[in-house]
Amino acid sequence: MKIHEYQGKEILRKYGVATPRGIPCFSVDEAVEVARKLGGRTWVVKAQIHAGGRGKGGGVKLAKSIDEVKSHAGAILGMQLKTHQTGPGGQKVRRLLIEEGADIRKELYVGMVVDRGSQRVVLMASSEGGVDIEAVAATSPERIHRVTIDPVTGLTDADAGDVARRIGIPQRALPLARDLLKGLYRAFDETDASLAEVNPLIVTGDERVIALDAKLNFDDNALFRHPEIVALRDLDEEDPAEIEASRFDLSYISLDGDIGCLVNGAGLAMATMDIIKLYGGSPANFLDVGGGASTEKVTEAFKIMLRNPHLKAILVNIFGGIMKCDVIAEGVVTAARQVSLKVPLVVRLEGTNVDLGKKILAESGLPIISASNMADAAQKVVAAANAR
Amino acid sequence: MSILIDRNTRVMTQGITGKTGQFHTKMGKEYANGKHCYVAGVTPKKGGQSFEGIPIFETVREAKEKTGATVSVIYVPPAYAAAAIDEAVDAGLELVICITEGIPVRDMIRARYRMQGKKTMLVGPNCPGVITPDEIKIGIMPGHIHKKGPVGVVSRSGTLTYEAVGQLMEQGLGQSTCVGIGGDPVNGLKHVDVLKLFNDDPRTEAVVMVGEIGGTNEEEAARWVKANMRKPVVGFIAGVTAPPGKRMGHAGAIISGGTGTAAEKLEVMEACGIKVTRNPAEMGKLLKSVLR
Repeated sequence: MKIHEYQGKEILRKYGVATPRGIPCFSVDEAVEVARKLGGRTWVVKAQIHAGGRGKGGGVKLAKSIDEVKSHAGAILGMQLKTHQTGPGGQKVRRLLIEEGADIRKELYVGMVVDRGSQRVVLMASSEGGVDIEAVAATSPERIHRVTIDPVTGLTDADAGDVARRIGIPQRALPLARDLLKGLYRAFDETDASLAEVNPLIVTGDERVIALDAKLNFDDNALFRHPEIVALRDLDEEDPAEIEASRFDLSYISLDGDIGCLVNGAGLAMATMDIIKLYGGSPANFLDVGGGASTEKVTEAFKIMLRNPHLKAILVNIFGGIMKCDVIAEGVVTAARQVSLKVPLVVRLEGTNVDLGKKILAESGLPIISASNMADAAQKVVAAANAR
Repeated sequence: MSILIDRNTRVMTQGITGKTGQFHTKMGKEYANGKHCYVAGVTPKKGGQSFEGIPIFETVREAKEKTGATVSVIYVPPAYAAAAIDEAVDAGLELVICITEGIPVRDMIRARYRMQGKKTMLVGPNCPGVITPDEIKIGIMPGHIHKKGPVGVVSRSGTLTYEAVGQLMEQGLGQSTCVGIGGDPVNGLKHVDVLKLFNDDPRTEAVVMVGEIGGTNEEEAARWVKANMRKPVVGFIAGVTAPPGKRMGHAGAIISGGTGTAAEKLEVMEACGIKVTRNPAEMGKLLKSVLR
């Protein structure tokens, strides 16, 4: 799960991570009021959307007067902010963060992720902050320093101090930086984060160390023990189809093609998308109905796929294990009738009770195109989509 | 021969009184030699009861002492599953197969940390389990699609493994052992660990390795194959079409920071002498073509 920058900063502050003073707001009037309340001579008006790359897209502006706060807030609020992470349509800005301006002497990078190789949380830090860290990793990997964190002892003073020195924190600010890094790790650990990124981490003119940005993602599997994190969810930032799917315990992701896929199992669902592409088609979605799909779940899955105006055909690919093919076939028939299906439907069934499943489909009287294996299914669904 | 488990394995079910644990213990008991293999169940506060004639114990240690079981399969709900792994490791079991899906990563980091220096091997979590066809089935895979034979299968996914098995059967090829290592980022045995076991198993003549986007597991396995493997390996990687930054069902199946793409993995595998296919419908045919 993702949250906004201002929410991330609120969490980090609880762990002693210094951030600029700032207040979120939802309107231009509020932005002006908030800027006055913060005081000072410069402010930063920051679009709050979940995607990164906001600055480059024009979603972060420096204001040198209250009038400028007003004009920037007016320009940014409501805009379709396009970044490399939003997709071509962009994301509508509904929230702003107004912060006091900072006296930046140095811009650095710190991040934390779970490293699969070591099966530990890894701290990554670099003297190259404020830029795309993946570009740094590609061009000058020696500028990225890593610390593998012991899950029992946590981030030690020695490791935190050492990495702070390596990325160029000045001597006098080292204790501050060390505490900040340790706070960041405690925040990561205690909230079950999956990613924490501060880019940039800055050193100010008076040698304070401040998190100028904050990006926190959380492990969906751990949300059951973090109601305080779940409360931060912003549904405006999520795909409506994906929200609807999650209500029925379906794993759904929208893609930009025109062939809907309904599959059991994540690996097989990805492979089904791959084979559609291989035969010249383009998948409209990833959809894993899981191991225990009921008729109701299959019907909902159909409804969600059919909401996509670009949809030209549907491929159902099921390898029945514990889930029996006849149950899936019943679900497909019921769903197809309920939603009065207008696009061609190709079904490939294999596994437990496959003959019974095929019989149910054949006797349903519905114009279902039956396929004998994955390749056959992909070819048939691509042909059906192309014919429309 | 086979790897990890065979007809002589004695297994206990952790979480035997839950709906899933009951169902799959029953299925496992009915498969091949299962009625001799499934000897114990563990559920705290239910010790002394029994399920389908299988005695239930309070703790893993007690189940091990009373029945001689050395392997456990875990169907405990996600919030308690890592603790169940800890208990099995502390009791000194040889192998723990964790089926549970949805365990927090932080719990798995700690569970794996505690396993350091211990002899216990872990398969999973979030996996279909392990089957040695016509001998023993531990997990949620459909037993009837398998048959004993010369091909080893190792995969991160469930139904895609069944797909691979189905294609092998179409080619008339049975399996020595099929291992689902699971779709989570922090797990037990990796592709490379299972390949090592297959390499040393006299009955395995060739291996199908099925991977997914995310991480660098498959690349590490490929490099090991190039240096050490004496048997042909064929491979497929799911997720060529997956967009970066999106989690495709499995917590581990995510392309992040430009690494873990299917294209990268396929390239390394090919460079290491693994025959790969980009067509998931051709895993069986490809394996047949490399069998000596």
